Amino acid sequence: MIEVHTFSQAAEAARTPGHILGGGTLLMRQVNYAPQTIEKLIRVTDPELQEIRADSTGIRIGAGVTMASIINHPDLSVLAPVARAIGAPALRNMATVGGNLFAPHPYGDLAVALLALDAFVIWSDGREEDMETFFQGRERTRGMVTHVVVPRVQSGQLRFRKVSRTRPKGISVMSIAVYLPGGSLSGRGARIAFGAMGPTPLRAKAAEAALENGAMDASGVAAACSVCGHGLAPQDDALASAWYRNEVAPVHLRRCLEGET
Amino acid sequence: MAKRPISFTLNGTETGIFVNEGQNLLEALRREAGDLSPKFGCGQGTCGACTILIDGAPHLGCLTLAEAAQGRSIETTSGLADGPDLHPLQRAFMEGFAAQCGFCTSGMLMAAKALLVTNPHPTRDEVIEAISGNLCRCTGYEPIVDAILDAAIRLQGRVA
Amino acid sequence: MSIEFRKELFADERDDGLNEIGKPKLRQDIEGHVTGRTAYYDDHLLDGLLHMRCVRSPHHHARVRSIDTSEAERMKGVRRVVHADDVPHNLNTLLSLIGFGKDDEQLLSNPIVRYRGEPVLAIVADTEAIARAGCAAIRVDWEVLPHVLDVEEAIAPGAPSVNPAYPDNTFTYEPYDHVKLRFGDVQSGFAQADHIVEAEYEMSPIEQAPIETCGAIAAPETADRYVCHTGTQALFFSLGTTAKLLDLPSSRLHFIGGTVGGGFGGKVDSITEPMAVLGAMLTGRPVKFQWDREEEMQVGAPRGAERWRIKDGVTSDGRILARQFTGFFDAGAYTRLSSYAGHKGTGHLPGPYTIPNVASNVFCVYTNRTPATAMRGFGVTGVDFAIECHMDRVAEAVGIDPISLRILNAYRDGDMKAHRRVAKNCALVESCQVVAGKAGWGLSTDDMAANSLVGSSAERAAIPETALDDEGKAGERRAGRATTADPVPGTRRLPAGTHGDAKEAIPVQRPDMQILAERVGHKIPEPAAATAVTPQKVATPTPTPPSTPTMPPAMAPSSHVAAPLPKPTAATTAAEPAKPAPYKPEKPFSQGVNRPGVSRFLSGSRRR
Ligand SMILES: Cc1cc2nc3c(=O)[nH]c(=O)nc-3n(C[C@H](O)[C@H](O)[C@H](O)COP(=O)(O)OP(=O)(O)OC[C@H]3O[C@@H](n4cnc5c(N)ncnc54)[C@H](O)[C@@H]3O)c2cc1C
Ligand code: FES
Ligand code: FES
Repeated sequence: MIEVHTFSQAAEAARTPGHILGGGTLLMRQVNYAPQTIEKLIRVTDPELQEIRADSTGIRIGAGVTMASIINHPDLSVLAPVARAIGAPALRNMATVGGNLFAPHPYGDLAVALLALDAFVIWSDGREEDMETFFQGRERTRGMVTHVVVPRVQSGQLRFRKVSRTRPKGISVMSIAVYLPGGSLSGRGARIAFGAMGPTPLRAKAAEAALENGAMDASGVAAACSVCGHGLAPQDDALASAWYRNEVAPVHLRRCLEGET
Repeated sequence: MAKRPISFTLNGTETGIFVNEGQNLLEALRREAGDLSPKFGCGQGTCGACTILIDGAPHLGCLTLAEAAQGRSIETTSGLADGPDLHPLQRAFMEGFAAQCGFCTSGMLMAAKALLVTNPHPTRDEVIEAISGNLCRCTGYEPIVDAILDAAIRLQGRVA
Repeated sequence: MSIEFRKELFADERDDGLNEIGKPKLRQDIEGHVTGRTAYYDDHLLDGLLHMRCVRSPHHHARVRSIDTSEAERMKGVRRVVHADDVPHNLNTLLSLIGFGKDDEQLLSNPIVRYRGEPVLAIVADTEAIARAGCAAIRVDWEVLPHVLDVEEAIAPGAPSVNPAYPDNTFTYEPYDHVKLRFGDVQSGFAQADHIVEAEYEMSPIEQAPIETCGAIAAPETADRYVCHTGTQALFFSLGTTAKLLDLPSSRLHFIGGTVGGGFGGKVDSITEPMAVLGAMLTGRPVKFQWDREEEMQVGAPRGAERWRIKDGVTSDGRILARQFTGFFDAGAYTRLSSYAGHKGTGHLPGPYTIPNVASNVFCVYTNRTPATAMRGFGVTGVDFAIECHMDRVAEAVGIDPISLRILNAYRDGDMKAHRRVAKNCALVESCQVVAGKAGWGLSTDDMAANSLVGSSAERAAIPETALDDEGKAGERRAGRATTADPVPGTRRLPAGTHGDAKEAIPVQRPDMQILAERVGHKIPEPAAATAVTPQKVATPTPTPPSTPTMPPAMAPSSHVAAPLPKPTAATTAAEPAKPAPYKPEKPFSQGVNRPGVSRFLSGSRRR
């Protein structure tokens, strides 16, 4: 393990094979179970990593901010229900925003909401990247994310639904986040994101288009739900088969759109 | 293999140990600091048997890098009793049959303590939420939830 | 949660003046649990502790062509690579300690692996991380073999043979490949019935999933002994198994255990103890062998999968006249305790119901799945699930209330059970009545008036003439000479009233070990009991011999001389660096129990 204090040191360290340590809830599993696959752990101590700050672009959330801090922060009440859906209390004291961005299937519930909200990430070299581009390149990039910037949204504009076998503390069969600019189905410009329905969180573009062009009533919702699987690529795992996920996705999207949590 | 020194407060006592590279805090507490109360059940965050408090908040020992404990304050079940006097949570667990094999108990107690410190009058649902990261294969959870609610009553007027 | 006593039921059979029973009491171990002081096997700190981990098969069935250990052996901190031929007596079956079954499983398997996760090699290293890295550095050249994962595919002619000790993929219950139960004649029962209700039920394997994973720590001790701290549920069983596998007199093993972090049946298989002790023998250091969660789930023996077919013949008023079972216990690749499940399951049939004609074929089948073992209610849980589902189905087919159907058919004291023993202390009727009351389920006055003590008759107490068949001798099925797994119509008759062979139990050692009814709070009613209808209230006051397990000749110790498995040949390539010489005990086994008819690996004096 090496400990670095600044983002530029982290960027330097991340040039050779190694892993940035967030809360460790996924990385330490790998350290425990397959230590031979870890070349080095990079622990960054820059206090800015833990900061949550509001500015003109939105709310800057440090990559080291935990789910528990999100739940407790007054400016992030929109994301609180999402953070609360992740793991159990001890896990939420550890799991970070940065780690969630890199969490493989079926994890990444917060990242699903960030995708729907059109957040963007900031890399340690200062580069900014929107969430979709970030996810497309995620498996290939190396480096450190320092912040996520979330646009300011009102409560009611984000709907989130996590489908799991057990509650509380189930892993996602799927999670769904819907951003509704108008705060209700009557507005335009909705963004729909699915988690655990592909290798990374994915936008359901066909469903968004159907909602955009359809009637703003139950038939519009039905039309959107019926095409929501387009572009998603679910896989089989111990929680559910790809087939099952595809079958139930429209049902859960409808419930999410109708405001059921 | 190079061992590195770290120091922290363990149940109120200054403690210094040497840890291996990549060693997790659970193993370090057990093997190096000799506190055997947190248990290994999975090493992957799923069972909660290793739950400890770091700076008052519950954490999973098995997923915490030992070196990250440097300078922190750690609490475990071995520090729960006040000398010979058991903590009300311990009494409630004993009298309410909230432990059978006892392997989950230490983690349960830590999760419960963290809850009662921040929320002295929890509802049943809040208790369930608080221990949702802790698996128990013996009791079926009901006696544990009852015991935590009972402890909340016993603690009234005191600080958990 | 409160416990409710229904003391009005069977009041005259019980002594309620007891001081402890029925009264709340603190568990004696609970203070240790809540203070974190309870010492489980892993709660012993030993200086110089080494860690042992296994290299496991990624295949369901494969042959090891060669193993390259050179890279692992060069690793800093790797103390010892443990090969299959380091195990002094590398072949065992768990129940060999009671002389039941053939040795069929190696501790480290070589050259054939028969389930995914089967260990072929172990590494002992300074830290767990090094042991893991060492295992990852071992190169095994596998030749993948065809496998079978379904019980009925496994007994079909031509299926891959899983276990060389039982090449037909079935445990042999001499002389058959299944346990037969025959009582009356189900064919004539079916012929008289108004309804035939048939269905198949299945239960997948269930992992016990204790929060403490299986494991043991062993270390050289004084007096030429090894101490072993273990989480086993069966301390002396594990000790005996370790003595046998390592060819050590049991007197050289000091086992400490009994504090189990959850077992539920999954901690009787005695695998981690011989591994840890072997590690300590080979390195002279304390060695821990602990499964991680993945191993607990993948190689930890679960409750095995079961499949049951039930066929009932029922009259239109709900009397079950005949019931036929075909049952399959999936043992996985090795016997462990599944052979016993076949007997225990059979002893449980046809459920708590008096049915005049019963036939069952119960198979213990080998497949390339993880070996199965005990779990709570082992041998009866799956079939109970099947039976009770089936009772609901029968109720629906006949159109009567499901609870009423159970009360109608329930055992009454004095009835003859299908395995030719008299039913006593029956309480299903009363249980149904209480459950119906709790659930607010209306029962007829007749059903509410029913009583387990009333309703038996000479006819129900009698052993009927029984149809017998000889279908399914061991080996016939694989040769294509058995047409079905289901019971076939009888070819000969056993006269009515024929009891089974009387079994002799081992006499108790001392008179005060005799179980006397009055000492356990069980009152013995007068011979002519309360009711005039005189259910034969046989509360057999004969304490000797206590009811014996019905063991067929197959279980007699004599039959466990098995064709030995092909001698494991370590196919190790890469002669460099030189492999340490395989472990050989200095002296062959000499001490321990050595009496005819008794396993020499048993310790203690119980069987003196
Ligand atoms: C029991 C359990 C339950 C869980 N339940 C959920 C759940 O319900 N929902 C869910 O979404 N997830 C869940 N997770 C997964 C995980 O806890 C979360 O996704 C968490 O947010 C990961 O964050 P972390 O800080 O712990 O990541 P870490 O484990 O520290 O890191 C994860 C990965 O991200 C990389 N990384 C971390 N930070 C950065 C950074 N700043 N820049 C670049 N790379 C970085 C690491 O190198 C590593 O590859 C669960 C995990 C466990 C053990
Ligand atoms: S051992 Fe840490 S959660 Fe199971
Ligand atoms: S008491 Fe055994 S796991 Fe909880």
